[in-house]
Amino acid sequence: MSAYQALVDIVGSDRVSEDLVERYLYSRDSGAQPAGQADYVVLPKTVEEVQQVLRLANSRNIPVTPLGGGLSLSGLVVPRRGGIVLDMKRMDRILEVDEMNRYALIEAGVSQGALREYLKQHHPRFQHSTPEAPPTATVTGNALIQGHGHISPRYGVNSDMIGGMEVVLPTGEITRIGSCSLDEKWFTKGPMPDLAGLFVGWYGTTGVATKLSLKIFPKPAFREVMAFQTDAVDLLPEAISEVMYLDMAEDFFLIMQEKPDWMNHAFLVVIVSGHFKEEIELKKSAYKNLFKNFHGGQPIGFVRDLHPALEKRFLDVPPLAALAADFREGGGFQYTGAILSVDQVPAAWHRGIEIAHQYDMICSYVHQVLQGNSVMFGFNYSFNRGDEKDIERARMALEDSNRVTLELGGMIWKGERPAQQMVLEKMDPNTAGLIKRVKALLDPNGIMNPGNWEVP
Amino acid sequence: MQYEEILHRCFRCGFCKLPSDYSDINCPAYLRYRFESFSPGGRMWLIRAWLDGNIQADARFQEVLFSCATCNNCVEHCIFPKFKDQLLNAFIAAKAALVDEGRLPPQVRDYLTRLLEHGNPYKMPRKKRGNWASELGIESYAGQEYLFYVGDVGSFDESGARIARSVANVFRKLGLSFGILGEKEGSDGNEARALGETELFKHLAERNIDVFKQLGVEKVVTLSPHGYNALKNDYPELGGEFQVFHYTQLLVERLPAIELPDSPDFAFPRKATFHDPCYLGRHNQDYESARQVLDLLPGIERVEMKRSGADALCCGGGGGNFFTDLVSSGAETAAKVRVREAADTLGADMLGADKGAGFLVTACPVCTLMLEDAVKSQNLDGRIQVREISELVAEQLF
Ligand SMILES: Cc1cc2nc3c(=O)[nH]c(=O)nc-3n(C[C@H](O)[C@H](O)[C@H](O)COP(=O)(O)OP(=O)(O)OC[C@H]3O[C@@H](n4cnc5c(N)ncnc54)[C@H](O)[C@@H]3O)c2cc1C
Ligand code: SF4
Ligand code: SF4
Repeated sequence: MSAYQALVDIVGSDRVSEDLVERYLYSRDSGAQPAGQADYVVLPKTVEEVQQVLRLANSRNIPVTPLGGGLSLSGLVVPRRGGIVLDMKRMDRILEVDEMNRYALIEAGVSQGALREYLKQHHPRFQHSTPEAPPTATVTGNALIQGHGHISPRYGVNSDMIGGMEVVLPTGEITRIGSCSLDEKWFTKGPMPDLAGLFVGWYGTTGVATKLSLKIFPKPAFREVMAFQTDAVDLLPEAISEVMYLDMAEDFFLIMQEKPDWMNHAFLVVIVSGHFKEEIELKKSAYKNLFKNFHGGQPIGFVRDLHPALEKRFLDVPPLAALAADFREGGGFQYTGAILSVDQVPAAWHRGIEIAHQYDMICSYVHQVLQGNSVMFGFNYSFNRGDEKDIERARMALEDSNRVTLELGGMIWKGERPAQQMVLEKMDPNTAGLIKRVKALLDPNGIMNPGNWEVP
Repeated sequence: MQYEEILHRCFRCGFCKLPSDYSDINCPAYLRYRFESFSPGGRMWLIRAWLDGNIQADARFQEVLFSCATCNNCVEHCIFPKFKDQLLNAFIAAKAALVDEGRLPPQVRDYLTRLLEHGNPYKMPRKKRGNWASELGIESYAGQEYLFYVGDVGSFDESGARIARSVANVFRKLGLSFGILGEKEGSDGNEARALGETELFKHLAERNIDVFKQLGVEKVVTLSPHGYNALKNDYPELGGEFQVFHYTQLLVERLPAIELPDSPDFAFPRKATFHDPCYLGRHNQDYESARQVLDLLPGIERVEMKRSGADALCCGGGGGNFFTDLVSSGAETAAKVRVREAADTLGADMLGADKGAGFLVTACPVCTLMLEDAVKSQNLDGRIQVREISELVAEQLF
């Protein structure tokens, strides 16, 4: 029986395609990486269907690429060696929200937008950590790539918020991780060996997550934005460190844009929130005082009349960050997510501007501070999808940014395959060897998203 | 192809397939198929791929293009102001290019052929166009204030004709001066245009325009939002400048002057929720007329579905899909999701079967029929009743 027919037997003809139209579309993503080749697209609806698809693929050595919203941008969902793209968005049920024990249990295809709105409607006192990504991104895809959201500066990156998982191994076993492996309870992923770590950060190379339990957090009634402005880039590490030390920010990010001129400064954007108005006022005055006294009060100033459009952009969850894709009137955007130690921010800041200029681009930054240990430093590149040369320029800029990231002792978040290779080359060989052994153990035939985390 | 220059600007971020609160899928074609290829962004990329010669206009590509229900949700919700307004135009232009090449899904070809050969998709002879009104004795148009333009569904579909009659009866009760064209009426061509059959659309439109002009028509009131859209927005380019109204717009003006009974037929209040027809709402920004009419009716308590106004989920019947069935077949369709949403909205305060079901109200014969079918297929008959708003008004007036 042909692979196509076998897939039809599993999910039905409405949810599998080998048509050129789908093969074309599912062979590429919205970033700057080259296209791959999808042979089949499958839309599973149940964990059993995922299981059967993986068993089939494993028995026939057919590559499988899991796909969520496809918005990680770095070609992680682009099938490099053919095979099946498993579009998980058909598994879109929100199964349970437990306010008392503070988690939401969802299927893997639930989108950021759907979960956010569901909580707003039915559990208005709670929220989940929402990335700036378009709302079509999946909650699971984001957690699996160690993404970060609008409350990450306070509560940690989104993968830290996983409370349990159901995964299908490449060999077809349905496996549960956390309290749900003992009972129908999804409130914690430990204490037990941290098996979730076998699937987080692996870009779908070790299995397919089908259910995820995610922590939910209080949603304070009041939220306000404060912006501070500076040109003293070298003082940023100290400023970041002090803001985080005060420990009162819900969200904290840095932005800069070379154009228009008034945006050509470093802006420190601090979101404060609280259950009480007084609490907000206290936090606001604490941050104002912090910078009033910082190096004599000169270098970092409070922005008094923040433009309402900017205020909205900063407070919106998620904001319309995707607008960057039309900066060059060409529907293209990708960024190197450099995870840098705080002290390296100035060096990266200067290098990023140089790279942008080298490739004829206007520099534009959004960096999120992650709990004071690190910064997700975004080297952002918009490009014109209609112009091959422009795409190539973006690729080269990304490559340079990746190199700079590693030179500065940083790590590359959700890096494209060449970036992963750079990381692996620099990595301690024993660490890289461990990655290889874990992969071989879980995926003996190497069917899962091949080309990623591929240790030579 | 026209609008080709915007295709590469799509980022495939997907805002276009959602309502403004991002809660659910609001593109009926994507909802039905769930392959990215059927989403607005997918269409943008695929049309570009086709123009670049990377894919062919095979049957699947045709299915992708012609399953667009022209609901305008993507235009409403794409976040890129510099090109969003042209999205649907680009999709229609691509269909037009396929029509030129003669590459069409069989259902679409069949629909267009019937329209071309018979002047309507029901294969009915022109002289039967006025049959819906034969027992009402409605005057032919001869200089009355309004021409009542009924269109294909109102003329030939049994339920459509029922709705046309109820609108005509209400007009009479309101003392509106109006006449109909009967066999002189032709198809408005809205669906032909939406399907990219530009020449056929022009032919149909010009024919109507000629007739209207010969009769000295100045004001036209339409039964269907589809006809309203074509006459209001597309006829002027072809020289057809008339004052065009949807019938709900006249009801809002005239109903307050009429004394409605204090207590309606049904001796208890009924919940009613309004489903915005895309060609009244998103295409023509009239979200209020029908709601105001509902609010005038005694015994009706209006409640809103979560997706309403510019966020309304299309019934899936636009863009010719009412006739071609591309989007309305299958396990999960927009109409089925929509009636479940209505049932949830109305059901929250259900009055109990003995007291009657809530009303899912709309102001379009296509929506009415699509939703009625979906109610049946979802076994929701006991909980909700689909009502064209003119029928609710008529119930109160007669
Ligand atoms: C404008 C913009 C702004 C962004 N801002 C942020 C931000 O603030 N924070 C942030 O964290 N990210 C951000 N992102 C990056 C990215 O979009 C998000 O992290 C997003 O949540 C990824 O989810 P996805 O569903 O799109 O994942 P995908 O891209 O579909 O998948 C990511 C990876 O996970 C794998 N995968 C997906 N689902 C499964 C599954 N069920 N089982 C196993 N493997 C799976 C895929 O194979 C792939 O390797 C942004 C992106 C854009 C375009
Ligand atoms: S049409 Fe607009 S909203 Fe939709 S994917 Fe393309 S750019 Fe995004
Ligand atoms: S007009 Fe409606 S059906 Fe067509 S692509 Fe846009 S959202 Fe989908």
